[in-house]
Amino acid sequence: MKFNLVTIFVLFLLAQILLILPIFRRRPRDQQPRIWLAESLPLLLFGAVYVWMAMTAQRLWADDRYEGPSLTAMQVEVVGVQFQWYFRYPGEDATFGSTRPELVNAAAGNPLGLDLRDSEGDDDIVSSELVLPVGREVDLRLRAHDVIHGFFIPGMRLKENAVPGLTLHVHFTPETAGTYPILCTQVCGLGHGHMQARLRVLPAAEFADWLQAREGKRRAEEAAIKGGV
Amino acid sequence: MSTDPEIDPETDPNVDPEIDRASWGARMDAGSTTSDRLPRRWRNALRPIFTTEHRVIGIEYLVLSLVAVAAGTVLSLVMRIHLVWPELAVPFFGQVKPEDYLALVTMHGTLMVFFVLTTAPLSGFANLVVPEQLGASRMALPTLNAVSFWMTAGALLILLAAFAVPQGAPISGWTSYPPLSAVAAAGPGQALGMDLWLASLTVFCLASWLGSLNLLATILNERCEGMTLMRLPLTVWSWLVASLLVLISFSVLLAALLLLFSDRHYGTSFFIPAGDLVAGHVRSRGDGSPLLWLHLFWFFGHPEVYIAVLPGMGITSSLLANFSRRPIAGYPMMAMTTVLIGLLGLVVWGHHMFVSGMNPYAGTAFALTTMAIAVPSTAKVLSWLATIWGGGLRLTTPMLFSLGFVSLFIAGGLTGPVLAQPALDAYLHNTYFVVAHFHLIMAMAGVFSIFAGVYYWFPLMTGRLMNGTLGKLHFWITLIAAYGAFFPMHFAGLAGEPRHYSQLSGTTPLLENLLPLQRGITFSAVILASAQLIFLANLLWSIMRGEVAPPNPWQATTLEWAPSMARIVKTSTSGLDPSASKFHQNIACRAPYEYGLRPNGLDFIMQCDPNTKAE
Amino acid sequence: MPATFTRTTQVEPERRDTGIGGKPPVDRRPTGGGGEGDNWDNRQPGRRGPRELLTRYRLAMTFALAGDLMFFVALVSAFFVRQASGHIDASNNYISDWHPLSVPPILWLNTAVLVLSSLTIEMARRQLFHEIDVMEEWFGLGKPTVRRATPWLLATVFLGALFVIGQWIAWKQLYAQGFFYTTNPNSNFFYLITGTHALHLLLGLLAVGGALWALFVLKRIEYRQIAVDCTAWYWHAMGLFWIFLFGLLAFSQ
Repeated sequence: MKFNLVTIFVLFLLAQILLILPIFRRRPRDQQPRIWLAESLPLLLFGAVYVWMAMTAQRLWADDRYEGPSLTAMQVEVVGVQFQWYFRYPGEDATFGSTRPELVNAAAGNPLGLDLRDSEGDDDIVSSELVLPVGREVDLRLRAHDVIHGFFIPGMRLKENAVPGLTLHVHFTPETAGTYPILCTQVCGLGHGHMQARLRVLPAAEFADWLQAREGKRRAEEAAIKGGV
Repeated sequence: MSTDPEIDPETDPNVDPEIDRASWGARMDAGSTTSDRLPRRWRNALRPIFTTEHRVIGIEYLVLSLVAVAAGTVLSLVMRIHLVWPELAVPFFGQVKPEDYLALVTMHGTLMVFFVLTTAPLSGFANLVVPEQLGASRMALPTLNAVSFWMTAGALLILLAAFAVPQGAPISGWTSYPPLSAVAAAGPGQALGMDLWLASLTVFCLASWLGSLNLLATILNERCEGMTLMRLPLTVWSWLVASLLVLISFSVLLAALLLLFSDRHYGTSFFIPAGDLVAGHVRSRGDGSPLLWLHLFWFFGHPEVYIAVLPGMGITSSLLANFSRRPIAGYPMMAMTTVLIGLLGLVVWGHHMFVSGMNPYAGTAFALTTMAIAVPSTAKVLSWLATIWGGGLRLTTPMLFSLGFVSLFIAGGLTGPVLAQPALDAYLHNTYFVVAHFHLIMAMAGVFSIFAGVYYWFPLMTGRLMNGTLGKLHFWITLIAAYGAFFPMHFAGLAGEPRHYSQLSGTTPLLENLLPLQRGITFSAVILASAQLIFLANLLWSIMRGEVAPPNPWQATTLEWAPSMARIVKTSTSGLDPSASKFHQNIACRAPYEYGLRPNGLDFIMQCDPNTKAE
Repeated sequence: MPATFTRTTQVEPERRDTGIGGKPPVDRRPTGGGGEGDNWDNRQPGRRGPRELLTRYRLAMTFALAGDLMFFVALVSAFFVRQASGHIDASNNYISDWHPLSVPPILWLNTAVLVLSSLTIEMARRQLFHEIDVMEEWFGLGKPTVRRATPWLLATVFLGALFVIGQWIAWKQLYAQGFFYTTNPNSNFFYLITGTHALHLLLGLLAVGGALWALFVLKRIEYRQIAVDCTAWYWHAMGLFWIFLFGLLAFSQ
């Protein structure tokens, strides 16, 4: 990236100088520019640069996207809804419960439409911030309920659209603890500019605590609902 | 298609009755071929407007673009001001709400891409000079051409009407990704406003389609004798390729618009996926795919970029050769790269979709084709540099704007190979980096070529020259302000700021830190827009009082300046030169760019000049 | 005018147009411009000759049809994408909502009618290029081409209308079976494709009507030829498109 930027900046300056120089040379030259020198040779050089750029780019891209995550990667589901990100952790059974769009009811505490009859979803945790442990690969399942959203963590150099009707996987490994903003990069309606969330990368132990706390909270809520019934 | 009412069966097919009559004025007086039922005075008033005369249509297209560009610029200024001072009530507009901001973005993009960057360089200038540059007497299908213009004007009106309907203009951007664009409940402006957008684009599609048919038939069939393909001015080459792209890509857009309309109104689900839940209701009846729209749209959308910028390249090539008094370096290469850019432009649409959920292998394929397109573009830049290198540059206003085009094309173009790399695009996609990239290479470079064209062909339109001092002032302020507005956007993009955000304050610190940068951009944008007032003033002043132009003011070689082609050139302020009005058959005897010092002391040889020996 | 430009050869091209099929006119124009490397053989065949106008309109028609083809190609690619798309339901089953639709048998009949109409319009087109007749018209001895082409064009109008009515009947039959436009994605495409094609054909019928009108109203044979010729090519293309689309609907469901 840095190399690319430096290269193009140098080329930019060079080209602009080439553009400006003839302005100051008022005495025209008689001879025609030699096509071989002026065009073909530089073109070959540029061609080589482009080929090289394409190859490195292809390698980077292949490393990034060609292969899926390792089997031990942590699973998190990301759901984009106008205008909010939701993050779902599969819980102890490491399996996401099924969802149905008809059941979505954010006011009743079920923004993702979790199907309560599905026991696999019982231990699912839904959060409005993404919390991840340091150094563990994470596999994100991107979904969207309504329109196309763009899931973007600038700090992780990660971007992928969340497309309704598709489940897209991206994987990455957070290396440094800290807090990173999560933005929406695909215009999704009037609240697009405010469709933001946070990524907190925690040391492994703190993450385990957080997960446990959320688990406890979920159990308490569940008990409250059952008690109410 | 069966008949062409323009053809009078009694007259010779090769002589257009309209053109044979001396000039506008003479034509107006000399009876009519149109309906005699209208009172004569009305007819005379309407004839110059509802004409099939290609030059008038060209000017009409340019005026239409001027209206659109003025509207689009005002919209962008409102956006810029709202972005950095969200609390401020904009004069005549009031407080900008987030949905207003997106409506502004959508309308700005649509106006600029379709009604300015497609209309002015392709339809406007091509109508103005294509038959002349070919040495032809007329367009192949003049009636179709006129219909095309009036449809375009209608499309513009329909689009602008979207501001006036309840809930206002659409908010889904000029790309209108579904389901946001397919479901009326997805946001304000997505109901009637979106329908108007669709209607406008449908009409625009058909209009451009008809216009490009006319251009293609004209360029391929109406060339004068000796005007072989390899003697075409590079402008004509670029219009030829751009017209082909219009024909291919707008057809696909039309199909996509039809499907989207059906999704919106007839309950189909081409683009709406199963279980799509918008505003609390499941909206779909089947497994549509939003990605299908993306593919269809960008199959149109990317060639559209080349439709906008190829004519600019053509104009620049011609003007650089003219004002450095040298033949264009590597003419065959320039012609071939024009074709190559057009062809490659048809197979790179996927680079808009690297992170849209497309298969990563497809991403690689599109990255490679995109990288390939950098090669002909580089060849063009090298050729331009080689042309001006060592030339005796005449720094007239059109030349300055052409140099500005090259400068901005390089600035915007160099970020192309960066964005073509999927791994880098994954960070930069939909950030201000992309905004900077396409504003420099398409918008600013495109507009610079339009300015160059207007300054250059102004004598053909009015018989007068535009004021040089004002023109140079206009150029320098515009150039500096253009860089000032769009160059810093790269840094905003590198910092990760996404597009389409209505305000930065009250969000994350990451974005709030960018406020000073964005303020600077807004200042530059205001200066950039204000500088255009100089242009407008120059335009008005020059139409009324400009210096009267000699027949070939730029000492150009291409045929639109040939004396035999002059029909509206005023030779004196008192009237039209009758001897210049008679149309002669032209013959192209040589290549289009015969500039440079010759042993016989001539600086240039016109294409139609049969006598002077080329070196 | 700058001194650099002087014209010595006044070019007065021979413009008399003898009509198509007649003897090509003698080209009396001075050939060769400056004489340096000019090869006038580079000119396209028929350029500036009697077929120039016809070439112009044929060229425009060819491009129009190429663009139109792209329109149908876009629809067909959407068809294939839609056919392949499905979703995975809550219990991890792949669900496709694509239910093949059997086309109404009357479409076979319609196809035959359309092919026949292509033949009739081709006959009409050929009448206008019949050399002896063209010469006769050129000399003002009568209008044999009009006389001969009219019945074929009328037959085309009849067959074309029959095709459109046949399509209408096909839609009625599907309606009766309960397949409406929005019933399923397949019926979407069926109605969309047949509908847009029928619209093109209605335009074609208008054009044939225009050609008939042109035969009787336009005074010069060239214009009559253009009217019939371009209409015929349009009609053939619509026939080809239909065979292609019908094949898709009938066999690729």
